[in-house]
Amino acid sequence: MSHGVAPHLQVTDLVAGYVRGLPVVHGVSIEVDRREIVTLIGPNGAGKSTLLKAIAGLIASEKGRIRLGGRDVTALPAHRVVSSGIGFVPQTGNVFTTLTVHENLKVGAHLVRGSLNERLERAYALFPPLAARRPLRARALSGGERQMLAIARAVMADPTLLMLDEPTAGLAPRVVEEVFRQLRGLAEAGIAVLMVEQNARAALGVSDRGYVLTEGKNRFAGPARALLDDSRVAAAFLGGR
Amino acid sequence: MISYLVFFACIVLILSLLTLGLNLQWGFTGLFNAGVVGFYAIGAYTHAILTASPQPQYLGNFGLPWLVGVLAAMAATALAGWLIGLVTIRLRGDYLAIATFGVAVSIQLVTLNWEPLTGGSQGLTRIGKPFAQLFETPFGFNLWFLGLMIVILGTTYWALDRVLLSPWGRVLKAIREDETAAVALGKSARRFRLEAFVLGSTLMGLAGALYVSFIGFVSPFDFLPIVTFQVWAMLIVGGSGNNRGAVLGALVVWGIWAGSGVAVTKLVPPSRAAQGAAIQVILIGLLLVLVLLFRPRGLIGEAAVVSRHVND
Amino acid sequence: MIQALADGILTGAIIALGAIGVTFTLGIMRFANFAHSELLTWGAYIALVVVAFAGPGTPTGPLSFGWQLLAAALVAAVLTGFAAWAVDVLVFRRLRRRGALPLTMVFAAFGAALVMRHLIVLIWGHESRYYTRELQLAVELLPGARMLPDQIFILGLALAAMIVLHAFLAWSRTGIAMRAMAESPALAQVCGVEVDAVVRLTWIISGALAAFAGVFTGLTPQLHPEIGFNLLLSLFAAAILGGTGSLAGAVVGGFLVGLGENLSLLVISPGYKGAMPFLLLLVILIVRPQGIFGDKA
Repeated sequence: MSHGVAPHLQVTDLVAGYVRGLPVVHGVSIEVDRREIVTLIGPNGAGKSTLLKAIAGLIASEKGRIRLGGRDVTALPAHRVVSSGIGFVPQTGNVFTTLTVHENLKVGAHLVRGSLNERLERAYALFPPLAARRPLRARALSGGERQMLAIARAVMADPTLLMLDEPTAGLAPRVVEEVFRQLRGLAEAGIAVLMVEQNARAALGVSDRGYVLTEGKNRFAGPARALLDDSRVAAAFLGGR
Repeated sequence: MISYLVFFACIVLILSLLTLGLNLQWGFTGLFNAGVVGFYAIGAYTHAILTASPQPQYLGNFGLPWLVGVLAAMAATALAGWLIGLVTIRLRGDYLAIATFGVAVSIQLVTLNWEPLTGGSQGLTRIGKPFAQLFETPFGFNLWFLGLMIVILGTTYWALDRVLLSPWGRVLKAIREDETAAVALGKSARRFRLEAFVLGSTLMGLAGALYVSFIGFVSPFDFLPIVTFQVWAMLIVGGSGNNRGAVLGALVVWGIWAGSGVAVTKLVPPSRAAQGAAIQVILIGLLLVLVLLFRPRGLIGEAAVVSRHVND
Repeated sequence: MIQALADGILTGAIIALGAIGVTFTLGIMRFANFAHSELLTWGAYIALVVVAFAGPGTPTGPLSFGWQLLAAALVAAVLTGFAAWAVDVLVFRRLRRRGALPLTMVFAAFGAALVMRHLIVLIWGHESRYYTRELQLAVELLPGARMLPDQIFILGLALAAMIVLHAFLAWSRTGIAMRAMAESPALAQVCGVEVDAVVRLTWIISGALAAFAGVFTGLTPQLHPEIGFNLLLSLFAAAILGGTGSLAGAVVGGFLVGLGENLSLLVISPGYKGAMPFLLLLVILIVRPQGIFGDKA
C-alpha cells in the first residue's frame, strides 16, 4: 500500500445519504489501488451500497472528499464520474433488459468517441459466452450471463476503477467462481476493483484487502488474509464457521 | 354591485363544493380525477331533466320538485362514480387521470348529442329552482339562494371534517401516505378508495344540481374540460389535503377569473371577446404553474409529509 | 367500409406522430404530458406564420401546395421542438430537480396546456384558418376508397418520419442511449449518459413530430386553436394502447385508434366519434394495462 504515492481511489471522511441531513455513511475513509481487489463487508444497513453510489455520483456527498488518480471527483454528477474513470455495476437492474447484449455494451461505451468495434470484440473475447448472445435482449440471459454482461458493460468505458455491488448475489457457486476469476483478471490488467459482498468469506478469498463497515463507519481494515483470520471479524461478519 | 357580489358568492360556494369533492378524492385519497366536469355535468343534467317544466319534444322534463331533483342528482352521480371507479380506480395515477378525462369528454358528447333528453346544444331551460315563486325579483332569489348555499356548504364542510376524523377517514389517509399500509389492506384498500371516489363524485353531482337550479338553465357549454382544470387550479392554489384551502382556492381562483373577466370586458372591444376570454384562461394557467413552482403546498396546504418523498 | 379504412389510416398516421411524443414523455420523463397536444397546435400555427410570409407555394403536381409549405413544416418542427424544450426548462425541469412527484408534473402540464392553447387564441382568435385555399380532386386509390393527393403525400411523409426515427433509435448510439435511459435513468447515468441531454433531445424530437402532426391536421383541411386539444385523448389512447415508451407501440396504437375512430362511424353517429379513443383506452386498460408492446413491470 504505502508506496509513497497517493492511492488510486482515496475516499476521505465521506458523509452521504439519500436525504440531505439524514446520512447513511458517517465519515468513511477507504483507499483502493490499481491492480488490487478490495472488498467491503459489513451487516445490512452498514452503508456499503450507499458508499458505492456516492462514489459513483448517483447520490450527493455532504462532506468529505473522493479523489481518483489525484483528481477530486467528489461533486461530479454521475455521467461525469464515468468519464473520470469509474465504472459501476449496481446490485440490481445492472443491465438494460430491453436492449440487446450488443446494445448494452454500446451504451457502456457511451462516452467513447469513434468506432467501438475493437472494444466490442475485446469484450466478447473477455466474456466469450456473451458473444453467442449478441443479438438477444438482456432479459433473456441467465443470472450469471447478466452479471457478466453488467461487468463487460462497465469495462467498455475503460475504467481505472471498477466498483461492484454484490456481484455474486443469487449466482450458483460455479458461476460465483467464474465471476471472481474475471475480476482477478481485470485487476491484473491494471484496474482497481472495489466490491461490496454478502458472500464475505469467498470475496475476501480473492481480495487483496478488505474493510469492515458498521453503522456507516469504518470498523476494521486490513489485508484480506488477516481479516479472514481475525476471530472478531470472523465471529461477527463472516457468518461463523 | 351588491347584487353582483351575491351572485359571485353563490358561484364561489357552488365551486367550493366541487373543490371539496375533488379534495376528498385527491387531497385525502390520492385519486387523480381529471374528469371533474363530467360528474358535475351528470348532477346538473339529472337535476335539469327531472325538474324542468314539461315540454312535448323532450323525453325528460318531468317537472318534479326541486328537492327530488337534487337528491336524484346526487344519487345518479354516486352511481356513475361507483361504476367508473369500479373500472378505473386500480389504475396508476396518470392513467386514472387520462381515463377520467375521457369519461368527462364522453359525458359532454352525450349532453351535446342526445337531444331528446338533454336538448343538445340548445340545452334545457325552466329548471326547478328552490322556492323561486316566493321571490319577486331575481335579487331576492339570489339572496335566498346564497343563504341556502351557506347552509349547504357549511353542513358539507362540517360533515367532511367529521368523516375525515372518523376511523374511516384515518384509514383513507393511511392508504394515501403509506403504500405498505395500502398493500396490507389489499382488497379493502381498493374499497376505501372507491368509497372516497363515490363520495367525492356525489358532492360534485350536488354542485352540478345546485348550479343549474341557481342559473335556471343548462347547456353543454357550461361543462367544457376547462372547468376540470379550473377546479384543479382551485384545489392546488388553495392547498390540497385541506378543506379550508379548497374553499379559499375556489374564492381566489374564481375571484381572479371573474375579476379578469370584468377587466377584459371593459378593456377589450367586443369584437375581440375571444381574445379577452383567452387572457382569463392564460391567467388561470399561469397561476397554476406559478403556485406549483413557488408555493407547492398552496396558500394553506397540509403539513409536509416526509415519507412521501424519501423513496422517490 | 374501404373508405373508412383509408380515412382511418390517414388519421392514424397523424395520431401516431403525436403519440410518439406522448409515449416518449411517459417513458423517459415519466409523466403524462397533457400539454403535448398543444405542441401540435403550436406547430400548425408556426407553419401558418411561415406560410403567411412565404405563401403556400404554387401547387406542385396534384398537390394543393408547393415546397414552401414543406419548408414551413420543417421550420415549425424545429421551432416547436425548441418550444417543447423551453417549456421543460421553464416548468418541468424545475419541478424534476425539486424531486416533485410525477403527478405534480401532470398538474403543471394542465397549467402549461391552458397557457399554450390560449396564447394561440389570443394571437389568432377562434376562426378557422387555411394554409391554402386551392381545391383538389380526390383520387380513387381502390374501388370505394378516395383520398386527396395531399392526404396521400402526408401519409407518405408521416411514414418516412417514423422510419427515420426508428432507424435513429435502433442504430445510432444516441438512440440507444435514449432507450437505455427510458428503461433505467440511474443505470444510464452510470454509463455516462447525461440525463439533461437525453431529456432535451426527447423534447425536441417529440415537439418536432408533434409539429408535423399539427401541420398535417391543419392541411386536412383547416386550423383552429383546438386541433391539438381535440386529439389529446386519441394521443393518449394510442400511446397506452401500444405500451408506453415504445415507438412501435405508439405507431401501431396510433393506427388502431385512427382506424377505430373511423370504423366506428359505420355504427355510431358522428357526434360520438370523440368518445371512441376513450372506449378503446378503457378496454386496453382493463384487458392489458401494459399495452400491446409494453413490458409487464
